[in-house]
This record gives sequence, C-alpha cells and structure tokens, in this order.
Amino acid sequence: MTLDGVKKGQSFTIAHIPNDKVRAQAIRFGIAEGEWLSCEEVVPAGPVVVRKNRQLIALGRQLAREIGVSLTQ
Amino acid sequence: MSHCHGCSLDIEVPEGARRIVLAGNPNAGKSVFFNSLTGMYVDVSNYPGTTLEISSGHFQGDVVIDTPGVYGISSFNDEERVARDVILTADIVVNVVNAVYLERDLFLTQQVIDTGVPVIVALNMVDEAERQGLKIDYALLSKLLGVPVIPTVAVAKKGMDELKQSIFQARIGNCEPDLRQKLDEFADRVGSRGEALLILEGDVAVAERHGLEPLNFREEIYLKRRKRVNEIVEYVVKEVNNKSAWVNTLNRLMIRPLTGIPILIVALYLMYKLIGVFVAGTVVGFTEETIMIGHVEPFIRSVVGHFVQQSSALGTILIGEFGLFTMTLTYVFGLLLPLVAGFYLFLSLFEDSGYLPRIATLVDRVLTGIGLNGRAVIPMILGFGCVTMATITTRLLGSERERRIAIFLLGLAIPCSAQLGVIAGMLATVGPQFAALYVMIILGVLVAVGTLMNILLSGKSSDLLIDLPPLRIPRINNVLTKTWIKSYQFVKEALPLFALGALIISVFQVTGILDFLQNMLAPLTVKWLSLPRDASTAFIMGIVRRDFGAAGLAGLPLTPIQTIVSLVTITLFVPCIASIMVMFKERSKREAAVMWLSTWVIAFLIGGITAQSARIIGTDTPLQIAGIIAVFWGLILVVVFAVKILKNRVWGERSGTGAKGVA
Repeated sequence: MTLDGVKKGQSFTIAHIPNDKVRAQAIRFGIAEGEWLSCEEVVPAGPVVVRKNRQLIALGRQLAREIGVSLTQ
Repeated sequence: MSHCHGCSLDIEVPEGARRIVLAGNPNAGKSVFFNSLTGMYVDVSNYPGTTLEISSGHFQGDVVIDTPGVYGISSFNDEERVARDVILTADIVVNVVNAVYLERDLFLTQQVIDTGVPVIVALNMVDEAERQGLKIDYALLSKLLGVPVIPTVAVAKKGMDELKQSIFQARIGNCEPDLRQKLDEFADRVGSRGEALLILEGDVAVAERHGLEPLNFREEIYLKRRKRVNEIVEYVVKEVNNKSAWVNTLNRLMIRPLTGIPILIVALYLMYKLIGVFVAGTVVGFTEETIMIGHVEPFIRSVVGHFVQQSSALGTILIGEFGLFTMTLTYVFGLLLPLVAGFYLFLSLFEDSGYLPRIATLVDRVLTGIGLNGRAVIPMILGFGCVTMATITTRLLGSERERRIAIFLLGLAIPCSAQLGVIAGMLATVGPQFAALYVMIILGVLVAVGTLMNILLSGKSSDLLIDLPPLRIPRINNVLTKTWIKSYQFVKEALPLFALGALIISVFQVTGILDFLQNMLAPLTVKWLSLPRDASTAFIMGIVRRDFGAAGLAGLPLTPIQTIVSLVTITLFVPCIASIMVMFKERSKREAAVMWLSTWVIAFLIGGITAQSARIIGTDTPLQIAGIIAVFWGLILVVVFAVKILKNRVWGERSGTGAKGVA
C-alpha cells in the first residue's frame, strides 16, 4: 500500500520512495526506507503527517501516493 | 589580497586571513551568531548566477562568511549550491545546530564533517531543549563527532564568549571508517576530501570541475550517515519527561481542518485588527500624514527648490506629484514600511512559534489545486502587505513553475495593504451583498487563473515535504530582530524599484503619455464597464500607486454596482509600477511582459462580465446579486472544464515526466 492510505495512529515502515531527490530529502529528515514511523495526522484530502521519534514531517498528498509503505501488525 | 577561490564569490580575503564559514539548518539562529562575531560592519554580495546574497564580515582579522540555511549540501537548490561552494573553501566551519532538533540538524553536521573541513559546533537553544525535557551530554556529543561542541543560547548571549575563544580549536571530525578510506583514496585524485565526497555523492557540478562523471554513492552514503546520526542522538540525548500533552493536542488542532480553519481565521482576524486597523489607521496616519507629508516633503521641496524650479520638467520628476524625493519616500517610508513591518511581525511570530509550517500543512490541499503547495502560503500572506515584497519572497518556492504561477497570481488578484484600506472603506458603503460579490469575484479569478495555469503550464509542481518543529512560545527578542532585518531588507530591495517606478511615471506625466493612456481607456471604461469616464483616470493612477487608483474611485459618484465593477477592475488591473519592475527583475522580459498584458486583459474582461451580467440580471435584491455570483462561478467552471478537456484532447494525458522537485 502507499502512504496516503495509512490511517492516523498506525505504525508502518517505509518500503519504497521512487523519486531520487525525494528519497535523499527524506533521509535527511530521518525517514529512510526501512525506518519505523507512525502516522500522526491525516489532513482530509491533504498532507499526511508522520512522526519519527520527536520529529514531525508533513508530506503532500501527491507525494504520499508515491511512497510505498508496509503496515506493522 | 585574494578572492574566495573556487566559490566564485567576490569577497576580499586579506593575505593570511582565515575563512570562517557559518553553516546550519534553516532557523537554527545563524544570523545572531553572524552578528555577534562580526559586529556592525557587514558586506553583502550577490552570489553569481543566483538571487542569493551572502553576508561577510570580520572577526579578529579573519573573514566570516554566512551561508543560506540548508538541510544538506547536495545541489538540490540554489541555497545548497551556494552553501556547498562556500563550505568547501572554508578554513573553519562554525556549524550552528539547534539542540531541539538534533536528529535533523546533525545530518548536515556530519556531512560537513565528512568533507574534512575543521568544524566547531555551536549547540544553540540548549535552554529550549532543556525546557522540552531533553538532557544532552555535550562532552559525549563532542567525542562522538570528534569536534568541539559549545552549548549556547545565542539570543541571550550565553556561550558566545566561549565560542569566540574556542573558534580556532575547530577540528577535523570523525568520519565513518569505510567512507573515510574511500574519501582518502579519491581525494588524491581530485585534490580535496570535500570535493571527493561530493563527487561520490553524485554532485554533477563538482564532478564537472574535475572533468569527471559524478558517481552514484549518494544513497549509500546518505543512509549510513543517517544511521550514524541516529546512533549519536541515541547516545547523547536523554528524554527526561515527554513534553506536555497539551502541545500535542494543540498541534493536532492546528492541522485538522475542522479546528485548524477556525484557529487560522482567529489568527488572521487578530492580524487584521493589528495591521488593518491599528497600523493602517493610527500608525500610517502619523507616519504618512504628519511625518512625511507634513514635515519631510516640505523640507525636501524647499531644499531641492533652491536648485530646480518645481514646475520645470526636472522639478516634476524630482519633487512633483509623483516625484522621486517626494512620493517615493512618502509611499515607501510613510505608508508601506509600517504595514510591511506589521506583516513581518506576524510572519515572524508564526514562524518562531512553529505555527507557519502547520498553516502550510493545513492549506496545502487548497494550494495544490492551483499548482502551488502549502509553502506558497508565505508569499500569499505577504502579498496582502506588499505585492512587490511578496514577489521577491517567491524565491523560496520549489520550482520555476510555482514561481511563475505565484508571481502572476500575486500581481493579478491579491490586493496589497495600501489598496485594501481604500477598498474596505468603499465596500463598507455599499452593503454586505455587494461586498460579498466583490470577494467572490476576486476569489473566483484567483482560483480560475491558478487552476488554468496549473492545467496549461508544462511540468509538475513540487510536493510539500516539510518538518513541523515543536510548538513553542516565540521569543519576543528574536521576533523583533527578525522583523527588523526583514523590514530593512524590504526597504533595501524595494526602494530602488519604487524610485524607478516613480521616475517612469513622472516621465510619462511630463511627456503626456499618461493622458494618452487615460484617453485610450476611456471608451472601454464607459461602454464596456458602464462607468463614468473619469474612472479611467483612476485606473491609470493605480499604476503609480495601487491606493491612488482606489482613492481616485472613492471621489467619483458611483452606484453600488459601479463601485464593485470599478473595484474589481482596479484590483485585477496592473499591479503598481514597483511590482511590475520586480516582475521584470525576477522573470524573463518576455514572461513579465506577457504577465503584465494579461492583467490588463483579465481586469477589463472580468470587470466587463460583471457589469454586463449585472445589467441583464439586475442588482436590486440580494437574490439577483447571488445570481450574478452564480453566473460568474458557472462561467469559471465551464471554462476550466473546457480547457481541461481541450488540453487532454490536443496534447493527450499529461505525462508525468516533467521536472519534479521537493519544497
């Protein structure tokens, strides 16, 4: 599934970020592929806000659609 | 004397002097360090090939160079390219790190350390970190990074003396052993470890300088660096108590539309009360009327009048109605500066409290519809202060496509504070249904033009990818400093533009071009807009200063619908001459000319449609007004859908191959 399908409160790992530049930028913010994150908030039809420890990152909806994630049980 | 080699920056570096470079993430507090190190004497030079300006000054005979705030130095944008070049030629890097966001900030720190430049870390805002329940082991951090770490609270001047004393103890830090070995081998070939690192990380420009192909290890190096930073943070940071629950709750309330929109409305209402009512009324009344028109202008007229006849052509240009030394100064210092400072005060408050990125998150959805992302909220808010300034601020947007859309929308549909005052006054006299008509038409144009540009312009706008720093109470000191710096920059950047604008208008006035334009617009104004002939004079005055145009209308005997038609036209009509100048400065001449002409066409088109539909539908009851709004929005929908279908048919489905970036 992709990040835009994640619901608030769910934990997941990043499986795949297709765009090189986005991937690099995401690593700088600490959301590399394979990292464990949780979904802090989903703005309806808008950005997805994810949490990594104390860091909160907002990703635009279009970008979230391109990021593959796998939910952790 | 030598110049800054390799970074093509024109900064004088005396023989034997060291280059001390300040580096850090955005909002780490670098500027306070820069000012503390260099004191008052600062040079600002443009970085060639960019719109960025680099400050430099002196510290104990050495040169201190500031760099733009960046998250890394990998040529993702102009800021990173400039930071990269300045850092690579540094003798010492003072890396300002925000203690609250260690995980994020140390990524840049480690990247700079990996370049092999001696580094000293100024760990800033340690008091804030403490308040958030973070305990940081400074000694261990220093040991793990391999460079000195000085805890500071820059705004309170804590730790600054220690930093100054320790600056020359900067050391080459620890680098991951595998990477270190690779770098050392490669550095022999390219001359420096820093350049070796960037070539390994796939930096095209640095590779080109050595006639090499960039290598493809960025991902690998980045991931290892991330891992290393995460480990360091895990070792050195102990969370004593999790930050209070209400901050988390407030964070949620701010980004959820149901609560976020009311919060935003309250914030904007406070902003309106302070800027729209207090600053625009009381403060400007004093600065413009009493100080500038009452004292400064007569003084300048009397001084210049000694040398030049006021009624001569030169006199008109210098001290006439639109004179360089009269109107320009009054406009910029008496009217715009207080308003712009008010806007920057709020923007700094929003930024320092951490609210701004949350507004960006909240409104992102709306802005993506018009080809922008949440970050564009900054120039859009500023546009209500001064469109000229806002146009300059669009530099922070992620792609050229977004800048094009934002600049055009600013010039077209955002009324600046100078104009808003007069518009609000006129709307107050016509009744709420007419005021609603005005707002809906302008909003409609904004949405329609943005959507059409988003459909028609090639490429793809960048997506929102921002971090949301913890919410906190802003420091008033910091907010005021920021407001002052930004307002100063506004005057510095905008004053020449306004002066040039006044010069052009005065020349037009002296040569009769102004009259010619007024006569040319008159038939269109009377027949198509159903307005009195004199309204065309007001439109032309709008080019000089947007509020002149609106004020010119206030003196005309207009029916309510005529008021609305003329206000709509003048809002959409060409922005003031300074904004036109800045359009030409920021965009290519051809693009700016197209934008400028388009505002003429759109203003008269929309004004005319409003006037004509009002004539047909009537304006006697609120229902008829609602009818006009419905017709207008119906037209917009039809046009947008038609263009969308037409585009799909002619060019096929929009391919996703366009340039894509991150903002």
